[in-house]
Amino acid sequence: MRYESLLDSVGRTPLVGLPALSPSPDVRLWAKLEDRNPTGSVKDRAALAMVEQAEKDGLLHPGATLLEPTSGNTGISLAMVAKQRGYRLVCVMPENTSVERAQLLRMWGAEIISSPAAGGSNEAVRVAKELAAEHPDWVMLYQYGNAANALAHFDTTGPELLADLPTITHFVAGLGTTGTLMGVGRYFREAKPDVAIVAAEPRYGELVYGLRNLDEGFVPELYDAALLTTRFSVGPRDAVRRMRELLEREGIFAGVSTGAILHAALGVAAKEVNAGRPADIAFIVCDGGWKYLSTGAYEGGLDEAEAALDGQLWA
Amino acid sequence: MAVEVRVPTILRSFTGGEKQVAASGASLQAVIADLDAAYPGIAERLVDDSGLRRFVNIYLNDEDVRFLDGLQTPIGDSDSITILPAVAGG
Repeated sequence: MRYESLLDSVGRTPLVGLPALSPSPDVRLWAKLEDRNPTGSVKDRAALAMVEQAEKDGLLHPGATLLEPTSGNTGISLAMVAKQRGYRLVCVMPENTSVERAQLLRMWGAEIISSPAAGGSNEAVRVAKELAAEHPDWVMLYQYGNAANALAHFDTTGPELLADLPTITHFVAGLGTTGTLMGVGRYFREAKPDVAIVAAEPRYGELVYGLRNLDEGFVPELYDAALLTTRFSVGPRDAVRRMRELLEREGIFAGVSTGAILHAALGVAAKEVNAGRPADIAFIVCDGGWKYLSTGAYEGGLDEAEAALDGQLWA
Repeated sequence: MAVEVRVPTILRSFTGGEKQVAASGASLQAVIADLDAAYPGIAERLVDDSGLRRFVNIYLNDEDVRFLDGLQTPIGDSDSITILPAVAGG
């Protein structure tokens, strides 16, 4: 396939069947390989859409500074887009993210401001909002509340899934900014309303939930619970176990968050088998495993991997 | 019916530092009432007049109770309940 530029090649990712992990010929799993995007993650879609929308809105001029709270992938995608378009990028990133994420961000020219590990992305959001107030000329695209994030998936991911899998019955994705689930969910509500929309939410170690009080909790502005059918919390042990099964049985080398999504997808698949209903369950492979090699998630026993991920923002 | 309830760090001031406590009740609402009898004040941190508080997530066997029957969700003997504050991902 030929494209005019790298940015033109975002999206249109392959959807591949999982013959070994699918529980029966009637209940099938399908993986949408978002690691095939230019920077290797699903976030390229949202990053490109948010920058293009800001350009249309006249918010960006050559040399403008973008600011974003990110645990990694969105920052990496924005850094690539910003570099192509001639913008500067400042990322606020929690210090408990993998070392590869920071290396990749710097490689694409982003500047990193670290936020404290305790409180995870909540803290990154708080610090970024403070910086935005101090620097009114910086443009914070703010993935958690930017409609273009979800719209990217309404416009591209959703239609791609339906075109490749007209018999789709379930869509499973990770819940972070909620952009993927909200956009695809809204698309299917219009295009094929009986498709179940299932969220897999990473359950981190205790450090990440170290808020001072419950009022400091965070729900992304994009989130609309009415678009979801259900929502599962998946811990690191199940995420790593499934991530390894995906590699072992299907040859797909994915990141840890994809393991969490696969865990939820397999739970849905088991229910459909028990109910005797045929199902085509599509899920998102958010990124490849490359950025997580240093975390220890791919080596040793499950106990060791679980211990290594404790306190890390692994999704 | 006794179930295990996992309590987040932020609410362990109520449970004397315990990470996991036992409670009983046929519904989530009854379990929360039972928790409050043992650890007075904890219910008020979880629910308000409109139901579950905005930044509180409760999972029954890893499924968010908001997508089950909320506070009316039936609870069985071998179930586990996890309480977590809502935090940002991404």
